[in-house]
Amino acid sequence: MRLYHERARSRSPGCGVASATGASQGLAARQEDHLTQTETGRRLTTPRAGAYILRAGIFACAVMMAPAAFAATQIVGAGSTFDFPFFSKAFYAYTGKHPEVTVNYQSIGSGGGIQQFTAKTVDFGASDVPMDAKELTRAKDPVLQIPIALGGEGIAYNLPGIGKGMHLTPDVVADIYLGKIAKWNDPAIAKLNPGMKLPDTAITVVHRSDGSGTTYIFTDYLSRVSAEWKTKVGTGKDVQWPAPSSIGGKGNEGVAGLVKQTPGSIGYVELAYLLENSIPYAQLQNKAGKYLYPTIDTVAAAAATKPNVSSTDFSIVDASCAECYPISGYSWVMLYQKPKDAARGKLVKTIMTWLATEAQPIAKTVDYVPLPANVQKQALQVLGEMQ
Amino acid sequence: MTEQAVASRLDRPSPPGGRSLRRAQRIASQCFAAALQSSCWLFMLVVGGLAAELIWGARLSIRTFGIGFLWSSQWNPVTQQFGAAPFIYGTLVTSVIALALAAVFGILAAIYLAEFAPRRVGTYLGLLIELLAAVPSIVYGLWGLFVLAPIVANWIGPALQKSLGFLPIFQGTIYGVNVLTASFILTLMIVPTITAITRDLIAAIPTRNREAALALGATRWEVASQVVLPAVHRGILGACLLAFGRALGETIATTMVIGNRPVISASLFAPGYTVASVIANEFTEATSDLYLSALIELGLILMVVSLIVIGLGRLMVRLFIR
Repeated sequence: MRLYHERARSRSPGCGVASATGASQGLAARQEDHLTQTETGRRLTTPRAGAYILRAGIFACAVMMAPAAFAATQIVGAGSTFDFPFFSKAFYAYTGKHPEVTVNYQSIGSGGGIQQFTAKTVDFGASDVPMDAKELTRAKDPVLQIPIALGGEGIAYNLPGIGKGMHLTPDVVADIYLGKIAKWNDPAIAKLNPGMKLPDTAITVVHRSDGSGTTYIFTDYLSRVSAEWKTKVGTGKDVQWPAPSSIGGKGNEGVAGLVKQTPGSIGYVELAYLLENSIPYAQLQNKAGKYLYPTIDTVAAAAATKPNVSSTDFSIVDASCAECYPISGYSWVMLYQKPKDAARGKLVKTIMTWLATEAQPIAKTVDYVPLPANVQKQALQVLGEMQ
Repeated sequence: MTEQAVASRLDRPSPPGGRSLRRAQRIASQCFAAALQSSCWLFMLVVGGLAAELIWGARLSIRTFGIGFLWSSQWNPVTQQFGAAPFIYGTLVTSVIALALAAVFGILAAIYLAEFAPRRVGTYLGLLIELLAAVPSIVYGLWGLFVLAPIVANWIGPALQKSLGFLPIFQGTIYGVNVLTASFILTLMIVPTITAITRDLIAAIPTRNREAALALGATRWEVASQVVLPAVHRGILGACLLAFGRALGETIATTMVIGNRPVISASLFAPGYTVASVIANEFTEATSDLYLSALIELGLILMVVSLIVIGLGRLMVRLFIR
């Protein structure tokens, strides 16, 4: 019995603290009364508990302040998951050179990036598709958008016994994704690949289930090459997939995983992912009639054909040159023209200038395509407008 | 019950030791009562706040599509046409199948563990089943995608189609990622809940009940089915409700294996979609207001569906079990 009282007594101060921080103000006040009413034995415990809490608080503050005291500025960005591998490597390198600056990039998705940027909770946003007129009006202040990363997409497939390099034309790809070509031995495919023994297998169309810039670029391409796709489906980060045999995988790894294990499937996968994995992928016919693999060179060639890319005119799919691979696109960084904090703004400008130029070789190490020289110049010109 | 009433109950019987002790004790009890009440209210606040937030976020979609949102099968982000039917259907079908399978296997396993298994075996097997609950859902998802999906496509699917192919639910092309695979994954994920709770419930039945039945000449099987199970079936229903709630809301594992196609099809071998999956898939890149609002309304619907299911479960308990 004695023991029970001891325990009850020593518990109560903690309890009082808990409810004082809780929601119920009335209860807390009532307990405060009890605390003051209690006798000497009780009183002893209350200041002690208070001291503990104070000490804990001081410790917690010290822990939180420590990085702020030693490291200096932290620039915060948020957005596209596509940019993340490149950004994390590049910003790591930047902090290596400039220890007084760290860049914290949160890959929460382009939509989230635009929202955070509009709400001004981040220094810069990143999106696979630039902000449109409606989104720009919501941001209120003038926004600058610069292309920062370039990526291509390959068409992967899984047909037992058939390796890399099947020939595909834009029409055939569109018809497969429209569900009009449903078998691999369809004459339209067989005609392009005379030597191949195409099986009588049904085609399973694989697409991204999550909204993504990859899907945007792919559907942009299909809309460009097929009038039917343009009217029936359209361009978007996610669309209503018309083929009756279509399945969705989450992320590039989801699409690649589904293609790998579903015989008869076809799917579009980011170039970086394609080069890292051993999935067969197609040679796609470009506007000049040439069959090409997606490579860093063929994608760069396509990008170079459009030097004056801007946030309102940014599509580089179906580019017309002999060595241009037709499915590729940029990812974008959004900045305010006149940042509230001028000093931070200046730092952001410096970092972005570095990212658009010197850091581009880093992109190549993670299988992105470095920005062509003329696009870098364009980006610098836009950055120059920042104050 | 008021706070004072709880406190005075906890105070009794008044112990020896003078006024100061009694007072300290009273304060302790009042603290306890306050903690009980405030934690309950905190949850009420959170749930209420969540519902209000969801309704507020969904208002644009509710205004635009009205009640038709519930049975429209359109999901077209390009033309901004949204409907919830395929997602509600997929969520309910996968969860019901998972619950049916998990209830059968989970309860049988629990009876074996608590009543029949040698003590050592029971302990270790029980531990293993509980371990299933600790596996992160992304691991289930990846395992489902890379291991289970091919098994379903190449073995389980064809076998079912061969034997039960006359049923519409087993007809059509067999995809690896489909409603059935998702149901299997969910089954694995909710079995530990059912098994662990049922086993503990059975273990709590006094031994003398069993001994009495045995003394009357009952076999062990009769003890299990006529003494043990009737005593715990209410608790088992509770466990099933809990498990069902988890199945309804499971996100990432189902996303990996369900195929993510927003259509309603009779076949379990066809891909489907669930409410939680579409939110996880599309929320991050939903840039237009209406799109975002439609996704939030889906969240609201999931909350309401869970509420209805739990309500129905409670009703069943009240109707069928005294």
